[in-house]
Amino acid sequence: MFSWQRVGALILRHLYVLRSSWPRILELAYWPVMQMVLWGFITTFFLQHSSWVAQAAGVLVSAVLLWDVLFRANLGVAIPFLEEVWSRNLGQLFISPLRPSEFIASLLIISVLRTTVAIMPAALLSFPLYDVWVFSLGLPLVAFYANLLIMGAAVGLAVSAIVLRHGVGAENLAWFAIFVVAPFSGIYYPVSTLPVWLQPVAWAMPSSYVFEGMRAVLFRNEFPVDLFVWSVALNAVYIVFASVFFLYMFRVARIRGLLLQQGE
Amino acid sequence: MPSSPASPASPVIRAEGLTKRFGDIVAVDAVDFSVPRGITLGLLGGNGAGKTTTLAMVLGLLLPTSGTVTVFGQNMAGHRERVLPRMNFSSPYVNLPRRLTVRENLTVYALLYGLDNRQARILRISEALDVRPFLNRPTGSLSAGQITRVSLAKALINEPELLLLDEPTASLDPDAADWIRAHLDSYRRTSGATIVLASHNMAEVERLCDQVLIMREGAIVASGAPADLIARYGRETLEDVFLDIARGRRDRGAVPGQ
Repeated sequence: MFSWQRVGALILRHLYVLRSSWPRILELAYWPVMQMVLWGFITTFFLQHSSWVAQAAGVLVSAVLLWDVLFRANLGVAIPFLEEVWSRNLGQLFISPLRPSEFIASLLIISVLRTTVAIMPAALLSFPLYDVWVFSLGLPLVAFYANLLIMGAAVGLAVSAIVLRHGVGAENLAWFAIFVVAPFSGIYYPVSTLPVWLQPVAWAMPSSYVFEGMRAVLFRNEFPVDLFVWSVALNAVYIVFASVFFLYMFRVARIRGLLLQQGE
Repeated sequence: MPSSPASPASPVIRAEGLTKRFGDIVAVDAVDFSVPRGITLGLLGGNGAGKTTTLAMVLGLLLPTSGTVTVFGQNMAGHRERVLPRMNFSSPYVNLPRRLTVRENLTVYALLYGLDNRQARILRISEALDVRPFLNRPTGSLSAGQITRVSLAKALINEPELLLLDEPTASLDPDAADWIRAHLDSYRRTSGATIVLASHNMAEVERLCDQVLIMREGAIVASGAPADLIARYGRETLEDVFLDIARGRRDRGAVPGQ
């Protein structure tokens, strides 16, 4: 016989999981809010600039590809870290002579490799499918790519540090934390589309300079060096902060005895 | 590798006032002990006695609240990287990546320990631990006994001078457990390594250990050679001694502080 008590028991089991992990509760509300904010700004911009896309064929495709560089670079750090957590290998690693700084370096390098492998097929496919050859951006593409890689990796490293401290309950941050920056990075619309009070938030992110730079190359065929310099400078701050944050959380994990407890 | 300031006569491990608190809970309470070179030390105690916490502080994975632990003369809170190449650890509570083959896992750890002639070394240790037949299989596809042997192969890959083992035969059948014990005994005799073994298995401890520390509620409540402890408590086996201590019965000639 069907038992509502057993159904209730399992509901309670999942409520216990939610109650024990603030990132899981945050995630419930996160996606609807994020989608609404992002597509709201896109709609606002296109209502006011209906001929914008026609001025630069491929600007949206290029934006999608570059956004994915940021997203994949974040995952490129966070997923290999989570693999060590899921396999309960962190304790093993850190009783070997591996230093935390070496661990960070390995995650960053893996991120570059994973992102390049992930992006290349999409970048090549965009030509036969949409007649958009993203490599026509030329050398600026390398600058955009490198900056987005570093920013994505910095976010992934910060997320990994939070998982190190809070355990697998925080693992979903790996997928959704990076989307916090999406509405404010001017991926599909200029930063000027944002309300004035939000624009300083956008200019605090290296990604905003990259996407503005991309549009400058596509629309005006010029590479804005000042935007590039700002992006590099902010990225230097981001990656240093993320590394220091990870090292701090590693020390917290050593104080709290978390390195031998990580796992599902 | 930086040279150790410890002389050959110095203890391999020295703990002084070693304490770990987690909030109000005192997991390890101001313990003092030293482990001479070349012996096998058994760390005994019931669940929650503080054995694994002590091992984690010896490994430098856990920072003490107060007190110090040195290994080969190096403080593990601050300079663990200087001695980690000379030690290793195995426990059923930490795993190797399941999707990697045994050979891949051992190769990764051989690289982490900076070893030369890696493949030859892996083959040699695989032969010694009877791991070679499944060297190319995913680690996650192995039985509990096979995984324990692989974990031990990883722990011996750098031929450690200090080997720490947390319940090395937990969940193994008697035959597999006996095989592991025989190999550990052989490794200690041939290499002169120091072994620290946390275990609930009294027969295992009696067979392998020269000295034991018995912990209860974070403190060391008895120590000595297994035969001496049995005599001191007037018992037949170490298990009887353990039960006396776990249940709060004192030995006949208890020495304060032991």
